[in-house]
Amino acid sequence: MSQTVDNIKPCYPLFLDDEYTKSLSNKQQTFEERHSQEKIQEVFAWTTTEEYKELNFKREALTIDPAKACQPLGAVLCALGFEKTLPYVHGSQGCVAYFRTYFNRHFKEPVACVSDSMTEDAAVFGGQKNMFAGLENARALYKPKMIAVSTTCMAEVIGDDLNAFINNSRKEGHIAEDYPVPFAHTPSFVGSHTTGWDNMFEGTIRYFTLNEMEDKQVGSNGKINIVPGFETYLGNYRLMHRMMKEMGVDYSVLSDPSEVLDTPADGEYRMYAGGTTIEEVKDAPNAVDTLFLQPWQSVKSRKYVKNTWKQPASSINIPMGLEWTDEFLMKVSELSGKPIAESLVKERGRLVDMMTDSHTWLHGKRFAVYGDADFVQGITKFLLELGAEPTDVLCAHANKRWKKAMEKMLSESPYGKDTVVHTSKDLWHMRSLVFTNKPDFLIGNSYGKFIQRDTLQKGKEFEVPLIRIGFPIFDRHHLHRMTTLGYEGAMYILTTLVNAVLERLDEETMEMGVTDYNYDLVR
Amino acid sequence: MALRQCAIYGKGGIGKSTTTQNLVAALAEAGKKVMIVGCDPKADSTRLMLHAKAQNTIMQMAADAGSVEDLELEDVLKTGYGDVKCVESGGPEPGVGCAGRGVITAINFLEEEGAYDDDLDFVFYDVLGDVVCGGFAMPIRENKAQEIYIVVSGEMMAMYAANNISKGIVKYANSGGVRLAGLICNSRNTDREDELITELAKKLGSQMIHFIPRDNVVQRAEIRRMTTIEYDPKSKQADEYRALANKIINNDKMVIPTPITMDELEELLMEFGILEEEDESIIGQTAEAEAV
Repeated sequence: MSQTVDNIKPCYPLFLDDEYTKSLSNKQQTFEERHSQEKIQEVFAWTTTEEYKELNFKREALTIDPAKACQPLGAVLCALGFEKTLPYVHGSQGCVAYFRTYFNRHFKEPVACVSDSMTEDAAVFGGQKNMFAGLENARALYKPKMIAVSTTCMAEVIGDDLNAFINNSRKEGHIAEDYPVPFAHTPSFVGSHTTGWDNMFEGTIRYFTLNEMEDKQVGSNGKINIVPGFETYLGNYRLMHRMMKEMGVDYSVLSDPSEVLDTPADGEYRMYAGGTTIEEVKDAPNAVDTLFLQPWQSVKSRKYVKNTWKQPASSINIPMGLEWTDEFLMKVSELSGKPIAESLVKERGRLVDMMTDSHTWLHGKRFAVYGDADFVQGITKFLLELGAEPTDVLCAHANKRWKKAMEKMLSESPYGKDTVVHTSKDLWHMRSLVFTNKPDFLIGNSYGKFIQRDTLQKGKEFEVPLIRIGFPIFDRHHLHRMTTLGYEGAMYILTTLVNAVLERLDEETMEMGVTDYNYDLVR
Repeated sequence: MALRQCAIYGKGGIGKSTTTQNLVAALAEAGKKVMIVGCDPKADSTRLMLHAKAQNTIMQMAADAGSVEDLELEDVLKTGYGDVKCVESGGPEPGVGCAGRGVITAINFLEEEGAYDDDLDFVFYDVLGDVVCGGFAMPIRENKAQEIYIVVSGEMMAMYAANNISKGIVKYANSGGVRLAGLICNSRNTDREDELITELAKKLGSQMIHFIPRDNVVQRAEIRRMTTIEYDPKSKQADEYRALANKIINNDKMVIPTPITMDELEELLMEFGILEEEDESIIGQTAEAEAV
């Protein structure tokens, strides 16, 4: 079992060595009370049937492989988007370790985030002491410009009052009177990571503007505010900057973590980098309007912008695919009075050219999709534009209004007439759907790879390859740096989809003398 | 004799703490080894035993020491009248934190530190009036109190609470060994009170284990932070508590209660003239409509 320096094998193929296979099968036979291979196969085959799907969809009391994460995760991402801001989670320590590793694995970057580590006595007496010491220490040690506080389940179950605790911290001198500490209650057992993002964002803009509205005038700074929502494609932030610059429109991206989540390896560790400044947030009510790129997950913030900033918070769809990017740019043009930039017109033309080049391969191809509400809606829309057919689209956290809007959108396209929209369902439901409806591909985050494995187990002809678009992506590198929005993002998605189709075709036609009559050099 | 663990429940202000301490004093007088565990953030379950205002609580000392792990049993356990061991779980100030969690933490601590030693005959848990959350049901979880006594009087809300507590007991009784052991009537001098509570106990499938008459000597003792047993052992009231203690020592009527519906309870109250027959014709009628 020992490895030598000259030949170190990683776990694959090491575990194929004789001594490991023996050891593993010994363990299975001696300790696992394993059923016979035939029995396992029989049960597996049953889980792929229509009958099992019916039972699976009757499931009430159990979630298997949820297609969502919890509120404070979203709150942390939102906080990372502000300049020199330390995300601070009031509650249990382990939760914060989870948020940090979750982002580490996706972004391959360190993520600075602290917890005030509530323990048993804090659960009984409330976490005010932890807040006092936590704020004071975090500020002294990590010298952030602001600390953005969210909460874990523990603090929420006992009803800790962030507003009171933070004010008391000031009164008792643990932090200065004017030190910025925006906050949001983010109970993990309500909503999802996107709710948490929305709550933290609303908490932040509320903190900096609620009592500062007298001297504010909508439109006075001539800017357009752009609110990304829970956005993990760093290219999408960069795209927004580029498009606004090309349009010559003055703008603020409110919450932009694209620097701190993509720092260079030049020998210097940056705990903070880039991000929206406090000044920009304070000035945001003076903008012409605020556009929410992911409106389904920004309900609370959008309401605040309408009611307090008195801005229209114009209704748009996620700018994904062709038409909705058009719509977005036309809205920017309308709000700013600037024409659509020549460069963007050309970019659009290139996208249309690409779509026509590839449409023969994508036409009629069937895709199942899962992910966050706005993403799922955007990619479904783009699939319809490409002439592809969504089979089942699933969002765990979306509401009934979303489902209706999706169904309306699908009904307006011939490619959407057989699509079924699912809410409050999980990836084990999706697994059933992938077996029974057999799409050509599955689009989603890394967790879908296990569905792909299971479909392959049934037989090569049943395999449904996973196309990784979404969050999190743990098992492929650097995809988080790509762009999924705008014409640029549509080009990336299109490239990814069509090449997945072509690769699959190559795989199927590679058999010499059998299927290679179609193993073509030119596709 | 094996350790018997008993929990005392009942509506807030009914006299649970006073009854418990007088009962425990009587048990101690009879030579029993007893421990009282106060499960109420107010921490007033042991003051008559200790002649103290309020005992230092487990949770308060844990907070001062940094964590529960830093505490030792002798820090929290006080010995009072008749060698009764006294401990208070304590909890947060009203309006913050989680008092229920405090009860759980405190009882876990007592178990881990071996407070329930072999020569104890009885443990009494004196629990906050309304079982508002799982924490206050901690004393009746598996392997804790097996006998529940409900302190009640002939007032509507006290009986309503007793019925509700019985509902709570049923939940735990079906999966564990907890049983309703009887109602203790702490008299408020209402009409036919003993008959009423006997009837209620019967409907719940249980018994009124004892009727404690009202007597001012209890209050006089309490002002001196003493139990009646200690303050005036010759008084008639002291004998009442002794009688209760004796009945509890010999009690073997442990039942899974049969809580009654709201309608049944109201019927019972009407039968005893506590509740008037409801005039359903006036429901939802405004003053204006009635004037017509």
